[in-house]
Amino acid sequence: MKVTLWGTRGSLATPGPETVRYGGNTSCVEVVGANGTRLVLDAGTGIRRLGAHVGPEAGRVDVLLSHLHMDHIQGLGFFRPLDQPGQEVHIWGPPSTTMDLRQRLGRYLSPPLFPVRLKELLCDLSLHDVPLDGFEIGSLRISAMLVCHPGPTVGYRISENGKSIAYIPDHEPALGEPQFPGEQDWISGFDLAQGADLLIHDSQYSALEYPRRIGWGHSAIPHAVAFAARAGVKRYLTFHHDPGRDDAALDAMLEEARAACPATLEIAPGIEGASFEV
Amino acid sequence: MPQKAVEIILMRRLASTLAIPVLLFDAKANLLYFNEPAGAMVGKSFEETGEMPVEKWHAVFDLVAEDAAPLPDNAGPLVTALKMYRAVHCVFWLRVTEGIRKKLEVTALPLEGQGGRRLGAVVTLWEPKPA
Repeated sequence: MKVTLWGTRGSLATPGPETVRYGGNTSCVEVVGANGTRLVLDAGTGIRRLGAHVGPEAGRVDVLLSHLHMDHIQGLGFFRPLDQPGQEVHIWGPPSTTMDLRQRLGRYLSPPLFPVRLKELLCDLSLHDVPLDGFEIGSLRISAMLVCHPGPTVGYRISENGKSIAYIPDHEPALGEPQFPGEQDWISGFDLAQGADLLIHDSQYSALEYPRRIGWGHSAIPHAVAFAARAGVKRYLTFHHDPGRDDAALDAMLEEARAACPATLEIAPGIEGASFEV
Repeated sequence: MPQKAVEIILMRRLASTLAIPVLLFDAKANLLYFNEPAGAMVGKSFEETGEMPVEKWHAVFDLVAEDAAPLPDNAGPLVTALKMYRAVHCVFWLRVTEGIRKKLEVTALPLEGQGGRRLGAVVTLWEPKPA
């Protein structure tokens, strides 16, 4: 699988000279399988640039939303395949007991927030609640699980040919846990991440910031490191960077994380535009 | 052991911070967790017992009828919550030690997760206060 980061910022797009290296676009990750199956993980502002690289010849495109907070859907209306007549696009999102995905996305993709309604898009669009018992798209096997974040939110595990990627961009597994991480069956997201070759994980706060943000649904870097190490992940990619942090501050956080990291775990910075082979 | 559903994990964390006795069960009536106030009622802590299958926790949280007779199989509040899938509030007696019983009000709520998943039930125990 080839993984490309099109947006790694959390909460709010943050363009500008001080964020030019890590990037300012919000969550969007592309995964392309061995046979060309293409998944798009989340539709933050990074999806606009990705869309410019996905022409009609790409065939079916599947967008897997982790949840419907604005920083994960804001780019959807600017994703070119949605505006291509006949292009097959599937959007998957976490299940809700109160409203289906079309209704929930329609709250954003309709006036006054957006001029075009979902039903007016030109592509061949299908919307799905994510099955929580696993499913397949092309050559990729996908598991989705609800994780600890306000509102229905899923993380994904994508597997192919014995390799796996875990994507948990918004996640607070340490919430209410005095001694994190505890027993593995009581850790949110554990089964998604266990033994993954690549974990893309929420890394929004420093250890000093976290006590003032408890319950907001995000991780402090030491919690993300502990989660990755406990799950036996091979490589952990920092993600969902706080919009208030510039490139120098993100470098410093990365070093702090590396200092606390066991030798068995590799940490890599989540930099917009970076690609990884898994 | 597979990871628990996030709703169960969060319910345990909430229960661990509450001052009222709370017990948390999976959909097969196994006791996944009880908090300190619940443990204080029976003189055991969750750290001592860990998770308990249905036949084991019955010996710890020994609910009986007013005449000290064992509850019929289908009369317990947990059974109502899990099998009939509705909330229930009723009065039972907890056998604390041989010959000593404590009157309790018991509330049981079924837990349903997103996607209609039946996850188990949460049970709270209340010591009735004089009117």
